Amino acid sequence: MAEEVRFDLSGVRAGFVACLPITVSVFAYGFVFGLLTGQAGIDIAKAVMMSALVFAGSAQFVALDMWVSPLPVGALVLTTLIINLRHVLMGAALRPWFGSLSPGAAYGSMFFMTDENWALTMREFMRGGRNAGFLLGSGLAVFLAWVSATAAGAAAGGAIRDPAAYGLDFAFTAVFIALLVGLWRGRSDILPWLAAAAAAAAAAAFVPGKWYILIGSLAGTAIGAWQREPARDER
Amino acid sequence: MSDDTLAILAIAGMAAATYFTRASGLWLARRFPLSPRVAAILEYVPGTVIVSLIAPTVLTRSPAEAIAAGVTVLVSIVTGSLPIAMTAGVAAVWLGRSVIGG
Repeated sequence: MAEEVRFDLSGVRAGFVACLPITVSVFAYGFVFGLLTGQAGIDIAKAVMMSALVFAGSAQFVALDMWVSPLPVGALVLTTLIINLRHVLMGAALRPWFGSLSPGAAYGSMFFMTDENWALTMREFMRGGRNAGFLLGSGLAVFLAWVSATAAGAAAGGAIRDPAAYGLDFAFTAVFIALLVGLWRGRSDILPWLAAAAAAAAAAAFVPGKWYILIGSLAGTAIGAWQREPARDER
Repeated sequence: MSDDTLAILAIAGMAAATYFTRASGLWLARRFPLSPRVAAILEYVPGTVIVSLIAPTVLTRSPAEAIAAGVTVLVSIVTGSLPIAMTAGVAAVWLGRSVIGG
């Protein structure tokens, strides 16, 4: 790398400002999360605690669905781990810029890596940005929006008695569908996604609990691995 | 254990699991290069997880959910906005249920 990577306040500030437009959708998403925590029987303090410590939207939404008494703690932790495995790849992609930083700056910043500000930071680096504080600054903007939206949504949730009557139970599904549209990479996703849908729907009907999420994604990923093999590419 | 203790334990475990995934990618990349084949296969994980999450709701409930899912996809493609797509999906399922009674 021609220019040395820096990590300072000007980078943090630039990341924070660049991320502000994105915080609008983060806030909307977090508000819905907060709204649904009440339905799942999570009080406002624990909802805010979860958003501040876990700080991972899709995993938290899935946890809501699994939040029954007695809590399946092991299944919750395992599911969270699986849903967040994508972070491993995202973190690895940051190596050219974070590889030379002090461990404190590098691994402290990683707490604030989300899908949104990771993508923003990668774009900044691709454009020649050399201040690694950008990830922390943009992540702080996402963090503040996410945690405050959770609190606001949880507080508002008490006012809405029967969310299904307004179709609000579908908000969760709609958010994931919209995220899915953003994840679409092209025709190579068709077979894996169909396999995942079929396996998950079948597992949901026949296997108790939330195993259908794991079963569906393993089936889809296996199909993805299978169609990637060189022999398949010769068709 | 009380529900409260279990809840705190679950949140702490989820937080640890999430931070582990966030930190381990950089940690591994600082030591070993990830093979492109494994990386390409892992790229199927996020999409298939989300498909699996929603498939039972979209495919096995009333037609209202399936139609609303289609509406959400269309609005999401057209507007590119998560809040607008979410609102459209909720409105569509509400309308669908009122009409079909699902």
